[in-house]
Amino acid sequence: MQNTRPEQRTIRFHVSRFHPENERGPYVQSYEVPVHEGMTVLDGLHSIKDNLDSTLVWRSSCRMGVCGSCGMLLNGRPGLACTTQILKIATTSLTVAPLPNFAIIRDLVPDLSSMFDKHRLVRPYVIRTDEAEIHDPSGEFYQSAEELEHYLQFTYCIKCGCCMAACPTLATDARYLGPMPLTAAERYNADTRDGGQQERAKVTGSSPGAIRCHYAGECSRVCPKGVDPAKAVQLLKRRLVLDYLHLARKSEPCKKLKGAGSGMRMPNIVAAPAHTVETIPAAPGELSILK
Amino acid sequence: MAAARQENRIGLWGWLGGGRWGIERYAYSLHRLTGLAVLFYFLLHIVVTSLRARGIYLWTGGGFFHKPVFRFGEYLVFAAFAYHACNGIRLVLVELGVAIGKPIEPVFPYKTSLRVQRPLLIAVMIVALILLAAGGYSGLTQ
Repeated sequence: MQNTRPEQRTIRFHVSRFHPENERGPYVQSYEVPVHEGMTVLDGLHSIKDNLDSTLVWRSSCRMGVCGSCGMLLNGRPGLACTTQILKIATTSLTVAPLPNFAIIRDLVPDLSSMFDKHRLVRPYVIRTDEAEIHDPSGEFYQSAEELEHYLQFTYCIKCGCCMAACPTLATDARYLGPMPLTAAERYNADTRDGGQQERAKVTGSSPGAIRCHYAGECSRVCPKGVDPAKAVQLLKRRLVLDYLHLARKSEPCKKLKGAGSGMRMPNIVAAPAHTVETIPAAPGELSILK
Repeated sequence: MAAARQENRIGLWGWLGGGRWGIERYAYSLHRLTGLAVLFYFLLHIVVTSLRARGIYLWTGGGFFHKPVFRFGEYLVFAAFAYHACNGIRLVLVELGVAIGKPIEPVFPYKTSLRVQRPLLIAVMIVALILLAAGGYSGLTQ
């Protein structure tokens, strides 16, 4: 019978370790890990934890490049441990370290709170003057497929922090907002439902804002989701410049459609079937909890 | 008590660290270094020019400003200026959204804005090289 077991190779993992209760700073510990084709770096770390050293700590969750938890520095380059094949980047040894430009909590766990604080600053949500409509909508926002394409690419961000770790400007300037929050700002600025560009410009147009980016492009190169933060930041800069020079095209947030299904319908799309479940009216007081 | 955090900012190595980085990263680092070099030159220029007020003439025949080492230094300043100016024009264009493309659906193998603007980078580097060659030729023939 033919042996279908994939070929195994031993890779030496050089893993950065740090324990906050130890006086010793970060140090490197090496492990010999049997690796076969198809194993990701995350699989390798699990192998170390299960067989060699149960004290190794990292952060991960989904194992499929969706949650953005396992961002690490792999052979000097930020990436997701769960989507990086060991044998694609290593022949004999592999260095694994926590993402730089973030403080280390323990071993391979970076403290991403600085990134999320900056993310919050740019107000990454739809801002409208008719705020009552957001909380108690009377209809759908109208947005065409072409308008969606203006920002769709930037919605794929999973906040893994790889772009922030690769940014050379952020390496020397902790105040700089960084690629992820600026991309989030452009994602909402380009959304036709949104009217909060002026509000965001107070942050994105300030000294630590978009103008600090000098297009080293590393954020786009390391982004595991193809978000292209460098492009988003340049588009954001253009928006800020045109706005400053009063050359920006005047636009209002898109209008609401009155009532569900009152939008434009393509002739070849079949109408939705009738509801099969009746809507249960909300109990008194239930809505006030939601509000 | 909050647990201690270990700072992990890479600092200047972020500018200078090479290895598996892309060409735009090197253009970025060189842009910053040449910018600082030209700034340093401007400051030095003010100091040296002010020496005249103190009666120190370096410009006269046989003075330091006629020595080959100074001429070579002058050429380095010109080279830094030429690179910084050419790359600066590229950055201004890119920052105005020129040559980076529109947002796309990132379906593999997609093209990032870096690859879209690469021809612009190459064109600008060719112009910078022509300026460097012309400057060198002019310096040698004077």
